[in-house]
Amino acid sequence: MTKPRVAFFDFSSCEGCQLQVVNLEEALLDVLALVDIVEFREAMKESSTEYDIAIIEGSITRPIDVERIKKIRERASILIAMGACAHLGGVQRMSNQWTGEENKAEVYKRHPGSETTKGDSNPYFAQPRHRAVDEIVKVDATIPGCPIDTAEFGRVLVALLQGKKLPIPDYPVCVECKKNENICVFETGGFCMGPIARAGCGAPCPTHGGECEACRGYVDHPHTQAHNEVLKKYGLTPEQIMNRKTMYTYRYVEEAKGGE
Amino acid sequence: MGLFGKKEKAPAKQPAPVAAPGGRTVNINVEHLTRVEGHGNIVLNAKDGKIEKVQWQVSEAPRFFESFVRGRPYNELSHITSRICGICSIGHSLASLKATEAAMGIQTTEQTEILRRLAIHAENLQSHVLHVGYLVAPDLLGAPSVVPLASSHTGAVLKIVGLHRLANEFSNLTCGRTVHPVSLIPGGFSHIPSEKQLKAMKQKWVDAIPDVVAVAEIVLANAHKLPNFTRETEFIALTADDEYAIYDGDIGSTDGGRWPVAEYEGITNEFVVPHSTAKYTKHKRDSYMVGALARFNLNYDKLGPLSKEWAGKFGLKPVNHNPFMNNVAQLVEIVHSIEDTITQIDKLLEKGVNVNERPKFEVKAGRGVGAVDVPRGILFHDYTYNDKGVITKANCIIPTNQNHNNINLDFQAFAPTIIDKPEKEIELLLEMLVRAYDPCISCSTHYLDIKWKR
Repeated sequence: MTKPRVAFFDFSSCEGCQLQVVNLEEALLDVLALVDIVEFREAMKESSTEYDIAIIEGSITRPIDVERIKKIRERASILIAMGACAHLGGVQRMSNQWTGEENKAEVYKRHPGSETTKGDSNPYFAQPRHRAVDEIVKVDATIPGCPIDTAEFGRVLVALLQGKKLPIPDYPVCVECKKNENICVFETGGFCMGPIARAGCGAPCPTHGGECEACRGYVDHPHTQAHNEVLKKYGLTPEQIMNRKTMYTYRYVEEAKGGE
Repeated sequence: MGLFGKKEKAPAKQPAPVAAPGGRTVNINVEHLTRVEGHGNIVLNAKDGKIEKVQWQVSEAPRFFESFVRGRPYNELSHITSRICGICSIGHSLASLKATEAAMGIQTTEQTEILRRLAIHAENLQSHVLHVGYLVAPDLLGAPSVVPLASSHTGAVLKIVGLHRLANEFSNLTCGRTVHPVSLIPGGFSHIPSEKQLKAMKQKWVDAIPDVVAVAEIVLANAHKLPNFTRETEFIALTADDEYAIYDGDIGSTDGGRWPVAEYEGITNEFVVPHSTAKYTKHKRDSYMVGALARFNLNYDKLGPLSKEWAGKFGLKPVNHNPFMNNVAQLVEIVHSIEDTITQIDKLLEKGVNVNERPKFEVKAGRGVGAVDVPRGILFHDYTYNDKGVITKANCIIPTNQNHNNINLDFQAFAPTIIDKPEKEIELLLEMLVRAYDPCISCSTHYLDIKWKR
C-alpha cells in the first residue's frame, strides 16, 4: 500500500503549530512510517505539488492568500485546518475590529516609506482581513488550539488514516480541569472560559495558575447563558466578559452580528 | 502557482547562454525558502557573469499586532504577543512582561529573576537544537532534510531529538507549556516548579552533556563546509557586567557604546528602502546583525569554561564577521545555556524555592520598554498603558527585522564570489546564508514596499 502524501502549508500564523508537530520528537519518526511528508517548510527543504492530505496553519488574509488556499484545496483530497488561526482566525482576527486601512495606518504610518502600504495597489497589503480557512474553502477536519496539542495531533492523524471518527472532545475544558484536581479559577478570583471552551488540551492553562482563554473555540452547543450567569455571579463586568470573548473567539462575535 | 508558488522557478526567462568569456546567465528564484520560519524569497538574476539583481524578499502577510492590542488589559498582553512567534514565544512573553513591569514600576524578586533566566535558557536550547540539528546539519551532511538523516545518521539524529525533547521538558517545567508559555505573568509566576523537579532537571542536563559533545563533534567534523565569507558589520546585543546577557542588560555594540534599553529607538532607526518588503534598521553603519554571533562577539568573556573550549575548537573568536559562524555561535550557546542552567538551579536550591510566591502590585499608567535577547537576537517591546491598565500604544521590534538589511548586504557581497559555481550550488549557498541567520519571518511584524520580480 502506498503511503498517503502529507503537505503542510502556512498562512498568517506564528508557525507554533508546525513546531508542535516537530515537538512529537521521537514519535515523529513513527508518523513518517505511516505517511510521506512531502512538504513541511519549517523542517524540510523538499517540496511537492503532489499530495493527498494538506494541513493548513494560519488565517487567510489577502486576496493573494485566498487564491493560494483555493489552489491547495483543488489539489488535496483531504484538507485539515490546524490550530486556532486556521480554525477561528487566530488572535490577529481581533484586528478585524478596525478596517484594514486603519490597521495599516496604526502599524506603518509612523515610519518613513509607509505610503506604499496604503490602498490595494500593492497586493501584499491589499484588503487585509483575517479569516478562518473554512470561511474560504471546504475543510474536512479541524485540529483546534493555540497551539495545537502535540498528542492530539497524533491521535487525529491516526484516526484519519483509519477512517475513524476524529477524537476531538465535545465537552468543556472544565472536565479536564477537574480531572487535574485544580481549584476552580472562579474560586480564586480569576475569569475562565473553561465552562464553554472545547476540551482536548488537558487544561494546561488553569493547571498552571492561568485562565482558559478558549483558544480551542467553543463546544458544539455552548451554554453561554449559564456561563454569563456564572461570570455575573463572580462580579465580572460586561466589559471584561466582552474582552475575553474577543480574544480567540472574535469569529463568534462576528458571526453573531451576522458577519463583518 | 504564481507569486506564492512552491519552489517553481521563474518560468522560461532563460535567455540563450551567452558565450562571453567567464560569463554566464543565472536566474534563481527560490520562493518560500524552506527550513526557516516564515515566508521569504531569494531572487538572483545574473547575466554574462554580472549580477543584475540579488534580493532577499519577505512576503508574509501582516498581522497588525501593534494595532489590535490597543484596548486590551495588561494581564493579556504577554499571552497575545507571545503569538507573534511560536518558536520565540517564551522570549516574546518575557520582553512583553518586562515592558509592562517597566511601565507600572513593578519589582520582581530574585527567585523570579532566576526562574526567568531558566525559562529563556530552555527556549534558547530548544530553538538552537532545532536550528543546528534539524535545519543546518542536513546542509552540512549533504541531505535535503533531517528525514533522510534519520536512516543514514540514526544515532546522531536520535541524540538531537533527545536534546530537543529535553529542552521542551525544561520549557514545560519553567513555563507550563513549551509553545506559548502559561505561567509567566506580570511580576512573576503563576506556577513554580518544586525543588525536587529542579534538581531532577539539573541532573538531566548534566547527563546530556556527552550527547551535546557528540553532536558538536559531528558539526566540527563538517564545519569546513561552512563558507569562509566575511563582511564587516556592526553587532548589536544585550550586554551586562556580571553575566552573558540574554535575559537582561543594556544595549551594546561591537563598534563601541552602551545604552539603556529605553533608548532603543536611537539604535534601531527603522527605515524603508524601495527594494524590500520589510522595514530595515541601521545604527552607525549601513546595517547591523543581531543573534547568537552578536551576543558571542559582545559577551565572549562571560561564557563558561566548556563554552569557551568549544568556541576554541571551531576557531571562533570575537569579533567574528562571518555570518555562517552564527551556526557555530548557536552551538556554543547550547553549551553555555546548559552550563548556566546548572549554575542557576544550584543558586535557587541554595536559597530554597518558594513555590507559593505570587506577585503583588498596583496597576498604573505609564510607558515601559522591555528587551530580551531571544534565540534570533535582541527583541524590544514598548507599551503605553492608561490608568486602568489598558494598553493605548505598542511597538515591537523583532530580531529578524533587524537582520533583513544585513542579510541583503551579505547577499550583495557574497553572490559575486560564488557566481561561477553551478546554479544548484549557488542556490544552496544563498539558502545557507539566509538559514545561518535562523530568520523567523512570521514574527517580523512590518513589511513595506515591494519590488516585483518579473
